[in-house]
Amino acid sequence: MIEAHGLTKRYGSKVAVDDLSFVVRPGIVTGFLGPNGAGKSTTMRMILGLDRPSDGSVTVNGKAYREHSAPLSEVGALLEARAVHTGRSARNHLLVLAQTAGIPKSRVDELIEVVGLTDVSRKRVKSFSLGMGQRLGIATALLGDPSTLVLDEPVNGLDPEGIRWIRELLKERAAGGRTVLVSSHLMSEMAQTAEHLLVVGKGRLIADVGVQEFIASAGRNLVRVRTTDPAALTALLTKAGATVTPVDGALSVAGMSTDDIGVAAARAGLTLLELASQAASLEQAFMELTQDSLEYTGTAA
Amino acid sequence: MTAVAQRVTPARVVLSEWTKLRTLRSTVYALLAAVAFLIGFAILVPSVVTAHWPPQDPRDALTFDPVGVSLVGGFFAQLAIGVLGVLIMTGEYATGMIRATLAAVPHRLPVLWAKALVYGITSLVLSAIAAVIAFFIGQAILSSKHIETTWGSPHVARAVFGSALYLAGVGLLGLGLGALLRNTAGAISTLFGLLFVVPVVVHFLPSSWSDAISKYLPSNAGQVITNARFADSNSLGPWSGLGVFFLYALVALVLASVSLLRRDA
Repeated sequence: MIEAHGLTKRYGSKVAVDDLSFVVRPGIVTGFLGPNGAGKSTTMRMILGLDRPSDGSVTVNGKAYREHSAPLSEVGALLEARAVHTGRSARNHLLVLAQTAGIPKSRVDELIEVVGLTDVSRKRVKSFSLGMGQRLGIATALLGDPSTLVLDEPVNGLDPEGIRWIRELLKERAAGGRTVLVSSHLMSEMAQTAEHLLVVGKGRLIADVGVQEFIASAGRNLVRVRTTDPAALTALLTKAGATVTPVDGALSVAGMSTDDIGVAAARAGLTLLELASQAASLEQAFMELTQDSLEYTGTAA
Repeated sequence: MTAVAQRVTPARVVLSEWTKLRTLRSTVYALLAAVAFLIGFAILVPSVVTAHWPPQDPRDALTFDPVGVSLVGGFFAQLAIGVLGVLIMTGEYATGMIRATLAAVPHRLPVLWAKALVYGITSLVLSAIAAVIAFFIGQAILSSKHIETTWGSPHVARAVFGSALYLAGVGLLGLGLGALLRNTAGAISTLFGLLFVVPVVVHFLPSSWSDAISKYLPSNAGQVITNARFADSNSLGPWSGLGVFFLYALVALVLASVSLLRRDA
């Protein structure tokens, strides 16, 4: 469980994280979603006690991260910028971190196998591809078998097989009653992994919703209609309670199904040339949502 | 289910830092370089001296320092040990490793002090072994002209082990500066500026000033102990000089501790 209260981080006059309050619950995967520069990484660094909040606080399992005597069993983290000395081998990298908490070598070897780095475990990290680096980062996060995982863009640089592996891993951890917070700037990725979403834009919390709920509200179905008489159809559908907006030679209708529109047009004797339902994409909904926040902060400033 | 990760203890952090030190090629090379400098120059310089013995100016024979001649490599060894001291800390900042380190040890200070302990002892032990070997090799070569000295002669052991203590101090000063500045180039320039440039600058001050300041400068204070023979009238005693030198390293480490606790990683 991660709890943030009024979490704020300022760098000089720039506000990176602006009064964030949220709770990340165990048992589900929580997606931390926002465009690049929204403050996700800064928030994660504050959770780990690496950056000090300018204001507010954040706790993990009821205590500030640094108050835990065995921090690696509380939180395992994968941070966006690689946190690895590239001159060391993968195995030695895990070993030096394991030794701070008395984690046995056997656990290190076990994790190297779990993340699929057995063949290269004695090679220096310098020679690793982005995907191998991510796998090492995941192994680092799992080292202390932590009750909470904080992963910043874990699928970056992974091949499809690796992405599927991460998704399964996260869901499995969550199903086992652990807390999982995963950041991404891709809504589509979150839709497949997360159950709950924290959406941030420009350091502010925009939404704290379930993924299903978000999809339902975002995916308000639009219907694209083309007709010989747009003016008459617009009047007809507006009267029936729909919202109609002209879109490059056609009409975009919200609030009515294709069936209802077709029947209404036929009764009024209007000729339809095209009638198609269009689900707004999640990515689009996410963009609109964060776009609004950018405009909002823009005018407020 | 028993927890995999246990409490973070100072001993565990020390073990981790020891593993860090021995698992990087660069640190192993730098330490080998320091040893090679000490021993290599103990072969080279005494060989050149014996080849040209006796000197043309008889006064040079009177001031001849057989210990100093066998420990010339210490000057070069301090470059390797100082740079490595800096890199032990700045290498973590440059690669981002520091975030993994501080996430594992969120109290932070044990990391810096474990590094100081591990590196201080490692550089001291290696330098001491290399300096003793350098001394005996040097004396063996000098003995062909019967100008060697013995281990039992006054101040010899102090100068040999003092050289190792000085080198360890340079390493700790480098570590402190690296932790304070978090930047390799900046910390190395500061370290060698303090050791080599500041004494030159002070030398050009009016002599009343320079006499008062000069002996307290890090390298001037720390190197008194490395000399078995000639006590400069305007210098600190060997042990008090070493104390002043270690005080510089301590100040750097204390400032670095404050910065480590206050600044974001």
